Amino acid sequence: MKRILVFALLTVFALAGTAQAETLKLLTWKGYAPQELIDTFEKETGIKVEVTFSNNEEMIAKLRATRGAGFDLAQPSQDRISYVQKKYKLYQAMDYSKLDSSLFIPSMLSAVKANTLVKDQSYAAPFCWGTSGLIVNNDKAPGVDSFKALIDPKYKGRVSYRLKRPTLIAIGFALGYDPYALYDKPKEYKAMLDKIAETLIEAKPIVKNYWANGDSLLESMRSGEVFVAMAWDAGGWKLHHDNKAIDFKAPKEGALGWIDTFAIPAKAKNVEAAYKWINFMMKPENSGYFSSKEKYATASADALKFTEKAVADNFARSFPQEVINNIKWYPPVPAKLESMEGKTLDKIKAAN
Amino acid sequence: MINDLSITDMVKRFGDFTAVDGVSFDVPAGSFFSILGPSGCGKTTLLRMIAGFEEPTSGDIEIRGGSMLGVPPNKRPVNLVFQHLALFPMMNVAENIAFGLKRRGVDVPTITKKTETILERVGLPGYGTKQINQLSGGQKQRVAIARCLVLEPSVLLLDEPLGALDLKLREQMKVELKKLQAKVGTTFVYITHDQSEALVMSDRVAVMNKGRFEQVGIPQELYGKPATPFVAQFVGDNNKWSGKVVESDLEKVRIETDEGYSFLTKPHGACSCGERADLFLRPEAMLIEPKDRSGLNVFEVSVKSILFDGANSHLLTTTREDNELIVSLPQNHRFDHIEPGDDIAVGWHPDSGICFGAEE
Amino acid sequence: MPRSRMVFWIFFAPVIMWLMLLIVLPLCDLLTMSFRGENDYGDMVWTLQNYINFFDEPIYWLTFVRTCLYAVVTTVIVFLLSMPVSFYIAKLARARVQGALMIMLLLPFWVSELVRIYGWMILLRESGVLNFFMLKIGLINKPIEMLYNDATMIMGLVYTSMLFMVVPLVSVMESLDDSLIEAAHDLGAGQWTIWRTIIIPHCKPGITSGSIVVFMLVLGNYLTPNLMGGKNSLWFTEQIYNQFIASFNWNQGSAFGFLLLVLSSLIIWSGLKLTRQKLGEVAS
Repeated sequence: MKRILVFALLTVFALAGTAQAETLKLLTWKGYAPQELIDTFEKETGIKVEVTFSNNEEMIAKLRATRGAGFDLAQPSQDRISYVQKKYKLYQAMDYSKLDSSLFIPSMLSAVKANTLVKDQSYAAPFCWGTSGLIVNNDKAPGVDSFKALIDPKYKGRVSYRLKRPTLIAIGFALGYDPYALYDKPKEYKAMLDKIAETLIEAKPIVKNYWANGDSLLESMRSGEVFVAMAWDAGGWKLHHDNKAIDFKAPKEGALGWIDTFAIPAKAKNVEAAYKWINFMMKPENSGYFSSKEKYATASADALKFTEKAVADNFARSFPQEVINNIKWYPPVPAKLESMEGKTLDKIKAAN
Repeated sequence: MINDLSITDMVKRFGDFTAVDGVSFDVPAGSFFSILGPSGCGKTTLLRMIAGFEEPTSGDIEIRGGSMLGVPPNKRPVNLVFQHLALFPMMNVAENIAFGLKRRGVDVPTITKKTETILERVGLPGYGTKQINQLSGGQKQRVAIARCLVLEPSVLLLDEPLGALDLKLREQMKVELKKLQAKVGTTFVYITHDQSEALVMSDRVAVMNKGRFEQVGIPQELYGKPATPFVAQFVGDNNKWSGKVVESDLEKVRIETDEGYSFLTKPHGACSCGERADLFLRPEAMLIEPKDRSGLNVFEVSVKSILFDGANSHLLTTTREDNELIVSLPQNHRFDHIEPGDDIAVGWHPDSGICFGAEE
Repeated sequence: MPRSRMVFWIFFAPVIMWLMLLIVLPLCDLLTMSFRGENDYGDMVWTLQNYINFFDEPIYWLTFVRTCLYAVVTTVIVFLLSMPVSFYIAKLARARVQGALMIMLLLPFWVSELVRIYGWMILLRESGVLNFFMLKIGLINKPIEMLYNDATMIMGLVYTSMLFMVVPLVSVMESLDDSLIEAAHDLGAGQWTIWRTIIIPHCKPGITSGSIVVFMLVLGNYLTPNLMGGKNSLWFTEQIYNQFIASFNWNQGSAFGFLLLVLSSLIIWSGLKLTRQKLGEVAS
């Protein structure tokens, strides 16, 4: 019956969208496909790019609904690929021979390959990376250097974070756990989650809100409503550009490092265009443009040459070598954890 | 005699428009008073002011000696039977009747008893549990009146309540209403545009036109001695001639109509020689082929058609100038031979006509 | 006869197609999904576990109860506010003003719910417009956070669903004969009694249909509780979303979806029973 349903829906969509030009349907994060680059790409290749914005969870849900159809290229985080692939088979194996490997930082490419390995095949190539840490208003909350600030009564009503898994991991580190080490010990992981839930529920009066939209968080920081937030480094740097008092701070527990990738959905229609887009985006000048605009570092080998100095400065300021060494890179998430985490998140949100 | 209702110099203006213009009247206790007038004459506004839905611009309303100015409708000892009755469709008959008693905080056994009594009185015993939409038009009528009467108001106001009924029922309800009023003895103020309703039921009738009372009197007076041309025309059927006064004394005037007839008739007010005047003549005042023509105004007409309506039959005739004239046709077989096209003579006594100085 | 039947089917087919493809089939799919689940070995089997989870886990059913209670409270507030507003529009306003008022009520619905909510947030936030003016005129000396609490959330829900109560109420009030109100007044009833005994009983069908719509809308709302309610307000729809999106547990999500459907229908059914009405009468 599902097949009938899918067939019927596909017919409807096929009738509706009879666009003739070659298109690339891209499922990605906001900001990952700047309009200028889309225009250049179209000029170079004649391929139109249709972009759908999403996040990790919705990306998986969307692809799962269609069993990997409807998009030609997705950009999930590398830790969210292997178990999803094992369970739902959403992606097709990446043909690395079609990628210009000279464009990539070799260590990142091999790390992503290793992390997305399922049955001898790998499923993704790296695009950009960054960390989750703290954005701090140093005028209002000087000296903050730990995730503990998120649950510190000193900043009552001036704290904001997402109610998503990175926050759980961060609080786990703050409470002295090593969540990554517990990934394959569900029982202990559960115990840790319970402790985290207890902590976050107790800390409810402290948090102003659970932010859901990056732009509105930045607005709250800018207007001085929020002093300390857990967010991505690039957001902090954007704010630093306008207000020197606000900056990204890698906490002493270690910033949580993520790598967003390119992965091709199982039923992609235009695979060739997908590879073209990957190679196009990884060109140093294009990656450099993206970095300058969105403040994210990329996996492109020579992008720094094409990146604005201010952006490079951000990086130097926030990430001295010892901080980089302390980054806690997300390992691939095992399957069962997500529903455990989901329940924990529900519990925290529901508590009064 | 005490007056249940006493209106003095009542004026109501809506912007530039004067709906009620200086009306005064008294209604003695226990009487049936009607206000008769064409639609738009201000009678409904007058009634709504008595009920309390409108405040008069000036003037006073007294009910049993107490001024009602500024008293809201729910505090006045008057009740209104609405034109479309306004029975509450969400309640049954008994609940409708009990509505006002409940508002007064009467206890339940008394309410039940009073409701039953009043239903019996209006001839609907045992109808309490019926829904409003199960009732016929006449029954609804009676429930609407019962709903007001059960409150024993000083004055019951009725706003053309028979208007929605068919003719037969209306005739019947007229008589019933009159009997009911006599039985309960409540003062009724009844407004209508139907002169027959007013004449049949009322002790006294006021004829209203353009916000003013033209004449107040017992029905026979209005019919027999209309005070103004408007009353003459509005109350009952009338034939009208226009003409000029050629002879005049206190008792009699001679009018020469524009068609050239010369009639002797009775004046109303001053009609001096040479002035224009209007002459009104009721259909039943005209005798067909009178045997004794002395002292009568006699002239020839031709029959155009016979308007047969039982005891209320008429001949539609035309004068030689082709003006229509309605003549009463008594159903005593004497005139069965008359057919359309016949020429007949009609005559009338000078006392039957009435003449008014023409309106400018 | 066969001809007219064919015409009927030609016009009716798209409706059936629409219902089948977009409502009935997906619902059937969800229903089967809600009875499937993984056993201990990771295989998909038929199970009632998804439904049992709802009643076993206090977070789930408490969230549902909370959502329902708030939906009822919101519906009552919407009703109390809509009655006088509708009465004014239907009975007191002049014809031209009437149209203008209805358009003013409709106006917010010309933009998406998201935009409306963000509008409220700009107005109410700590550095928002309202705080700015209250500080300016010296009403307060420190900005107050007016967002992220239950009262604000209910206000937002009332705002988004008010129209759906006012429209049926206005139409049902327009059919109320003014003379009924006057008659009640004449028979000795005061304002409050007239509302209680005449206007509200007359408006019952409109009140019921409006309440059902508002209740369902509030129960099924996602954005308003999420954005304006903030940290304390886990709404049941959000839980369904979380099951589908965050936990990838479609089976559990489907079961929640069906429970929402069944339980809310049950609430409406008992509401109708309680006020002795029939759905058919209300819908007509």
